[in-house]
Amino acid sequence: MPRVHIPAPARDLTGGEVELELEATSVRRLIGALDERFPGFADRVLEDGELKPGLRVAVDGHVSAMGLLAQLEPGSQVHFLLAIGGG
Amino acid sequence: MATVEDRQFRVEPFPGGTPGNQRLVEEGRLPDYDVVGTRPIRHDGTDKVTGRARYGADIKLSGLLQGYVLRSPHAHARIVSIDTSKAAEVPGVHAVCTNADMPSADHRAGDLGEGIVDWYHLNQNVLANDKVLYTGHAVAAVAADSVHIAEEAARLIEVEYEVLPPVLDVREARGADAPVLNDDVRTDLQPAGETGDTPTNVAKHFHYEKGDVDAGFAAAELVIEREFTTETVHQGYIEPHTATAFWSPDGKITVWTSTQGSFMIRMQVAELLDVPISKVKVVPMEIGGGFGGKIAVYLQPVAAVLSKLSGRPVKLNMDRSNVFDATGPTPGSYMKVKIGVDAEGKITAGEAELLFEAGAFPGSPINPGCMCVFACYDVPNGRIDGYDICVNKPRTNAYRAPGSTHVALATETIVDEICEAQGICPVEFRLKNAVKEGDERVDGVTYPPVGMWETIKAVELSDHWQSPLEGPNRGRGIASGFWFNFGGNSVVAATVNEDGTVSLIEGSTDIGGSRASVAMQLAEILGIAAEDVTPTVVDTDSIGHTDVTGGSRTCHATGLAAIKAAEDIQAQLCQRAAMLWDVESEQVEYGDGATLTGPEGKTISFQEIAGKLTQTGGPVVGRGSVNADKHGGAFGTHIADVEVDPDTGKVQVLRYTVVQDVGTAIHPSYVEGQMQGGAAQGIGWALNEEYHYGDDGRLHNASFLDYRIPTCYDLPDIETIIVEVPNPGHPFGVRGVGEVPIVPPPAAMANAIFRATGVRMRSLPMSPPKVLHELLSSDG
Repeated sequence: MPRVHIPAPARDLTGGEVELELEATSVRRLIGALDERFPGFADRVLEDGELKPGLRVAVDGHVSAMGLLAQLEPGSQVHFLLAIGGG
Repeated sequence: MATVEDRQFRVEPFPGGTPGNQRLVEEGRLPDYDVVGTRPIRHDGTDKVTGRARYGADIKLSGLLQGYVLRSPHAHARIVSIDTSKAAEVPGVHAVCTNADMPSADHRAGDLGEGIVDWYHLNQNVLANDKVLYTGHAVAAVAADSVHIAEEAARLIEVEYEVLPPVLDVREARGADAPVLNDDVRTDLQPAGETGDTPTNVAKHFHYEKGDVDAGFAAAELVIEREFTTETVHQGYIEPHTATAFWSPDGKITVWTSTQGSFMIRMQVAELLDVPISKVKVVPMEIGGGFGGKIAVYLQPVAAVLSKLSGRPVKLNMDRSNVFDATGPTPGSYMKVKIGVDAEGKITAGEAELLFEAGAFPGSPINPGCMCVFACYDVPNGRIDGYDICVNKPRTNAYRAPGSTHVALATETIVDEICEAQGICPVEFRLKNAVKEGDERVDGVTYPPVGMWETIKAVELSDHWQSPLEGPNRGRGIASGFWFNFGGNSVVAATVNEDGTVSLIEGSTDIGGSRASVAMQLAEILGIAAEDVTPTVVDTDSIGHTDVTGGSRTCHATGLAAIKAAEDIQAQLCQRAAMLWDVESEQVEYGDGATLTGPEGKTISFQEIAGKLTQTGGPVVGRGSVNADKHGGAFGTHIADVEVDPDTGKVQVLRYTVVQDVGTAIHPSYVEGQMQGGAAQGIGWALNEEYHYGDDGRLHNASFLDYRIPTCYDLPDIETIIVEVPNPGHPFGVRGVGEVPIVPPPAAMANAIFRATGVRMRSLPMSPPKVLHELLSSDG
């Protein structure tokens, strides 16, 4: 199953859980599964059904260009990060 | 499988470079390319050295008007009224505009690819209508027959201000009694936190936590906590901002400008002026430096509005004081960082509190600062809190590895202090604690293959590190740094010409030699010479969406697009050869030496088949389009030798070496140039550069006479050691190059100053007065 890293500010929703394994084949489904288990999680990361402005998803250490549509494999590692502007 | 520690390395001259240009080579592993790694003359070189290259200010159009922007004399004031009537009556004036001439904006987020912008705040930054938030904040603009008439008219614009107290320091600005700049700002806890409900200057609070921080510090034998400050500094690009716009009667807007990202300018102009992006064409001119400061719009929408009002093209140029007063800068900061280590010098825990100036509107690089502060080291337990805080200074913008240079000063200075306290060699400490593949940052992300350890190994093996530094008041320091780099959207189209050359078009503004490096990647795939590819940067109507030349992304992502375009050409030429030979295209291979081979020993060269395109179906155009996301982060470690004058506090750089993992150097000269340029800027930031504000919030040194950047007289010939740990996310292993080299210099200089004097500098810049003050203080 994919493993998702819970951002520190959202651990109030997960009872302090830092990493979880959840059955999901895409980031969108993963967020759905998280919200089902920890109500309110989706509101923290989604706005109008899309990732909140500036929020990014990293899969296996790389910020995915696909966002919610990024596909997940068993063993994928998922992180929620903020967009980083370079110079 | 051998660990990295078991592998054998040596440092040797990089072929084709000067004696100071070296590389780290792993025994038995040298890259094998024909074009990649060579040093062809850049395609745009002749135009640039003969002065024929066209920059934004060179634009001349029929009926062109010149503009002038009226700016706020106050750091913080409410605009009570603006009366432009007298200015409009000046002979030769064709248009006067204020924010009221722009469409209103609301609080929506715009995604500029690498970062986010609030459209309302950007609208307010381009032309203020409610409050001015820094000296130099644009208030109104005039277009006239000459810039002198425009300036004279602008001075007749009557603006009534209600002056408010400014706040310039981040620690004061987050206090409960501080004047609040923006009534609409609430503290947003990130990532995935909640938003506050009271007006504040603290726009964002980033919080990252890993492991058991308290237990980590409890397990430490030595814990060091220190405070650091840095001043506001500017990117210091030599070419000031410029924009020319023509709003055609058919509704089409054309903008000629100096920018790092023509498509980002198109998006911002379209959004702020409420027109479709299809109605905006941005023509990127040559650019005289950007470093992150030429991504956001300043003049472009204003020139367009003046053009609409006057019916004529309008040019707006900034002078240097405008550039300092109203663009850039990178934030000043306050940082408190704590690191614990065990008896063997292994890091057990880290903690950081980081306060960055956002400037007038939210958006400092505090988040990357948080993610970089412990990025070089395997920190098992960590806690990081970062705050984005509005102050009465210009809205901050990106500057090479935004945020990372600040935090490296803190972490790398403490690391040096730990080494001193524990009697550990700084190289040995870094080899022991360096992050490697699989290590997890405090923000939770796990590293793919990276070259932090290899950069330190190269330092250890370098002539610089192995050469003794002798003499009084001299010292040597090292420091490391990290930057993420970026991928993003890029498009390349490449047309095969009948003579066997290729015309390549791209949307990436060429700042650091990217025309050459992109062309070389296409040439490597096709097996032709780099000189046989002609790269051209085109406007937004002529190529697909391409993200900014920034984030150290262009060589990687636009290079990937060029590789795809080359592969597309290969596939099409195989079909053409199959047609010529009356065989299936699957029977044709595009092989080494730019030769296509088929059954029964048939061969045809790239040049030969290029001459047969008309008879086999017409021109061949290869296309490559990517949204790259495996860019690979990069590390650098620098060595600095300095001599400190005990009578004046002046720091002289005696020798300086930049070591950096670049993945694979496509054009080593331009890689070395980036490494040297970044280091030079970092040294300037370390030793001299700072904005001097009065208590009233007015900037006192808005010129290069008073804002001192280093010149060739201040620096030695900067040596380079290229480390090549290939990025698995690119066929040639390319990582970004341009940003990492600015990260280590301030810390390397601070550590060198300590070795020279015994004094720890924890505040930038380490200018003669400040160094002298510390020297005198330390003498008791």
